[in-house]
Amino acid sequence: MDTAKLFPWFILLNPLIAAVLILVATRKNHGLSAVISVGSAFFGLAAALCAWSLPEVHSAVQWIDFGSALQIPLGVKLDHLAKTMLLVVAGIGFLVHLYSTVYMEHDESKARFFGHLSLFMFSMLGIVLADNFAMMFIFWELVGVSSYLLIGHWFTRDSAGKAANKAFIMNRLGDFGFMLGILMLWAAFGTVGFDQMRGMVNDGSAMQIFRQNLPAGQFFIHAPLYLTVAVLLIFCGAMGKSAQFPLHTWLPDAMEGPTPVSALIHAATMVAAGVYMLARIAFLIEWSQAGEIIAWVGAITSILAALMATQQDDIKRVLAYSTLSQLGYMVMAAGLAPNAEGGPAMFHLFTHAFFKALLFLGAGAVIHALHHEQDIWKMGGLSKTMRVTTATFAIGTLALTGCPGLAGFFSKDAILLAAFGHNKALFGIGLATAFLTAFYMTRLFVVAFLGKHRSEAAHHGHDCPRAMTWPLVILAFLSILAAYGAVPHWFGIGHHEGAKIVPTLAILAFLAGSAVGWVLYSGAEKEPLSVPLLRNKFYFDEIYGAIVAGTQDVLAFIAAGMDAIVLLVVRAAGGMTLGLGYALRLFQVGNVQAYAFIFGLGVVGLIYFLVFR
Amino acid sequence: MTVISLIILLPIANALAIMLGAPARRSALLASWVQLALTLFAVLGYNRTVGGVQFGSSWSVAPEWGLSLRLGADGLSLIMLLLTALVTVAAIHASPRIEKREGLFFACILLIDAGAAGAFASFDLFFFYAFHELALIPTFLLIGLWGHGQRHAAAWRITIYLALGSIIVLVGLAKLYLAQNVALLPGHARTFDMIVMAKTPALIPAAAQGGIYIWLLIGFGILISLVPFHSWAPGAYASAPTPAAMLHAGVLKKFGLYGLLRVAVPLLPEGAKQWAHVLLVLLVLNILYIGLVTIAQKRLDTMLGYSSVMHMGYVFLGIAAGNAVGLSGAALLMLGHGLSIAALFAMAGHLRQSSPTLAFTDFGGIAKRAPFLGYAFGMAAFASIGLPGFANFSSEIMVFFGAFGSVPQPGTLSFSAIQIAVICGLWGVVISAVYMLRAFRKIFMGEDTGSAVVAEPKCDLRWAVIILLVALLIGGVWPKSYLSFIQPSVEAILAK
Repeated sequence: MDTAKLFPWFILLNPLIAAVLILVATRKNHGLSAVISVGSAFFGLAAALCAWSLPEVHSAVQWIDFGSALQIPLGVKLDHLAKTMLLVVAGIGFLVHLYSTVYMEHDESKARFFGHLSLFMFSMLGIVLADNFAMMFIFWELVGVSSYLLIGHWFTRDSAGKAANKAFIMNRLGDFGFMLGILMLWAAFGTVGFDQMRGMVNDGSAMQIFRQNLPAGQFFIHAPLYLTVAVLLIFCGAMGKSAQFPLHTWLPDAMEGPTPVSALIHAATMVAAGVYMLARIAFLIEWSQAGEIIAWVGAITSILAALMATQQDDIKRVLAYSTLSQLGYMVMAAGLAPNAEGGPAMFHLFTHAFFKALLFLGAGAVIHALHHEQDIWKMGGLSKTMRVTTATFAIGTLALTGCPGLAGFFSKDAILLAAFGHNKALFGIGLATAFLTAFYMTRLFVVAFLGKHRSEAAHHGHDCPRAMTWPLVILAFLSILAAYGAVPHWFGIGHHEGAKIVPTLAILAFLAGSAVGWVLYSGAEKEPLSVPLLRNKFYFDEIYGAIVAGTQDVLAFIAAGMDAIVLLVVRAAGGMTLGLGYALRLFQVGNVQAYAFIFGLGVVGLIYFLVFR
Repeated sequence: MTVISLIILLPIANALAIMLGAPARRSALLASWVQLALTLFAVLGYNRTVGGVQFGSSWSVAPEWGLSLRLGADGLSLIMLLLTALVTVAAIHASPRIEKREGLFFACILLIDAGAAGAFASFDLFFFYAFHELALIPTFLLIGLWGHGQRHAAAWRITIYLALGSIIVLVGLAKLYLAQNVALLPGHARTFDMIVMAKTPALIPAAAQGGIYIWLLIGFGILISLVPFHSWAPGAYASAPTPAAMLHAGVLKKFGLYGLLRVAVPLLPEGAKQWAHVLLVLLVLNILYIGLVTIAQKRLDTMLGYSSVMHMGYVFLGIAAGNAVGLSGAALLMLGHGLSIAALFAMAGHLRQSSPTLAFTDFGGIAKRAPFLGYAFGMAAFASIGLPGFANFSSEIMVFFGAFGSVPQPGTLSFSAIQIAVICGLWGVVISAVYMLRAFRKIFMGEDTGSAVVAEPKCDLRWAVIILLVALLIGGVWPKSYLSFIQPSVEAILAK
């Protein structure tokens, strides 16, 4: 194997080595653990930047090999799509590591935190580099478990444990579909490799191969329907990871984790994995009829989440619902305009990663300065005391709300443009979401940063140390610049002509949303607008709770009852036929003869069969 | 004297020595480590390019019936012997302090070990069966004498069930022996030699296979806790002393699965087809029905017992697939499940010292006080619910692929039935996450308000768990390290 082929393996294994080192050897030494973890994140970033200029690399070994019956390779592929995603993961990853050194400074389990953070980086890079479905699934699950560990970092809080469980189980629910979809595709294509499948689709041999592999009289006689179902099942995996409706409820709860985790995992990387996967299988979405449904799921998520965001009081939850909403945008784009280079979906993923990480880290700075106060109504007036944080947060807000000139505007515009060209209803939803986004972000900014101090903590807040503000500044620059130059071309987006109506409407939505938010909340002392339906998140948690209680728990209760009855019947039958009382006495004296007798019975039976039959 | 016969003889001799007065725990520990070393020696010494049964030895017992003690090992046997040796080492390390009759206690453990190893290394139908019986009796003794809770009832129930299961297996094996088409055999006499039997195509007339297969399926099914013959298992594991639960759930229970793989799959393919639908229904019940029962459990020990029953469904699914991928997955899952359940029972035994009933409500926030225990239990728990990185995942994924892709034959499994079983199996993966994570949260997370005060386990138990986890990780990260032994054996079993 030549050295160039080792390069992606180095990128993948580097954080794993750090994680193992920390968790096995240096768990007692907090400082050293942080150095190891940040160091590995730095190497990761350096490698990601180097990778940009390298040619495409692909290297694989057979992990499970049954010849023609089943081959599961473990392969890493550094192609264009992977490289752009690598920049996001490694870049934000490094900044968050740096930021965490201060944010988690006084945490008594700092080493554990960094160990798990490195474990997450390893898992996430595995998804980015995977060259086949099975390997992607492996790292998909590992991302799930590292997210579980990080959400549950403060596991002594009951809510953290519950949130961690919820995240893992919701993700597994999605993975149920994902795995089934993988099995269906494998049964049809005879391979799990992305490249092999794409090759068959592109040269038109896929339909022929389907006919060979799928016996007639299957569930689905028509290969296109079979394919569409399979792609939708795979999409279930993305619905879990990217928290799409109706599997979205875990993400807001995941805010129980430390804020750097929210920035890295629940804003920029893990939740983007679903979108990345949809970009990986763009050729399948294009070939099947699943795109329309995927787009609708994304659109519904984006508008529902935006509505829920308007009534949240916890600064991190507002951002969490905003993330849901933006992920909905990306998924809509992935369904509408599948593109092997990523298209508008990956473009928005790219810009969103920077400004959403910025917003979360800014929120973390506020929470840190205000001694873990997260209620925006107890903040206020922070612009006077936390200047850097306020300025960078403002830039993040403007980028998210689609202020012309900032990165978010361009990528959102690309999505709206795609929707405009395909489906006017989806375009309308996208526009409404844009309006709501501007509204709730203005609300957040006005309430938390402007006006008067509404608590003692807010009065004493101050900017954080440099290791925390520097990442904010860097991310603020990236939030402005991330859509200029050649960047749109990375995702296969050319300069768009015509349809001037789309940017115009988008700017109008931005202005209208911001204006409404400003008018309603400027100078407000308490929530002027209360909509219980939105405040309670459309009662999804309650509904799901009822569904679980009404089905799973009832079924479990019935099953356990049945099993207890079986046990009783067996006991009664055993007691009657074999004289339980006598038998118990045998055991009380520990009579070996009883067992010998039973064994002897077996031997006698054998002899009977051998001799007398 | 081959290394394989040494592996079986060593624990027997050691058990005798202990009964004659040798220091019980120390010599048992020594014997188990020597056995592990011997097993590794055999694994490394096995010539994979040649394959087949190696380290063979044979002592004629009753030539007129073709009965002799034939020992040896192929790749599959070696993996099962490795499982036996690993779990035995861990079980002896995890043994609590024994107050009464310490010698008998450790002698029983060693006899279970010897019986299991003997069954896995026997290539003679009679001794294959007899070694398992040898292992069962000390299991009953351990539960009846050193168990806790309702130990007498549990011991009696497991005795009745397993004795019944064994007798049904015996009937099945006897019918199998008698049904041999002697014209095809060398010397035109019936044989107990499993190697000869497996090599002779169509040894059992197709018409007779169904009648034999169902005996074996029910008999082995009882031993494996196939629904509806499972109700002995959770109670027995809840009452059994820690090492007995580890050895039985981890190793001895695999005898039934091993028997199906070794006897029923190669010799009774037509019978398997005949009963395929029954098996599919039962295994789906094992996964979904038992999965739901597991969710309803409120104590760690019965929850682990039921989860162990549930996971047997996946092994059955691999066997039902009937192809090399599915059967190899089933074999690897036997190893993965055995290691992970043994580790979980070992740690449950430690927790029991603080709370005899192991009720979830007695615990809370243990991971803060006992981080090692938290990590180790978490790893074993995640392994058992099929997290990538552990052997359980790599094997379950093979089971799923094997079953989903098993080629439909006319008049056999309709393609869709086994696919539906796979879908149910995938749903079981969700169910297992629900109960395992909830148990983990209740015991290890939250505030440290539980009534039970748990300390970090002692060095002994730590090593026991570490050994098991390392073996699991090897199978998860690089499954070929085990598959390179399993795969050729399974392919040989399938080749006619």
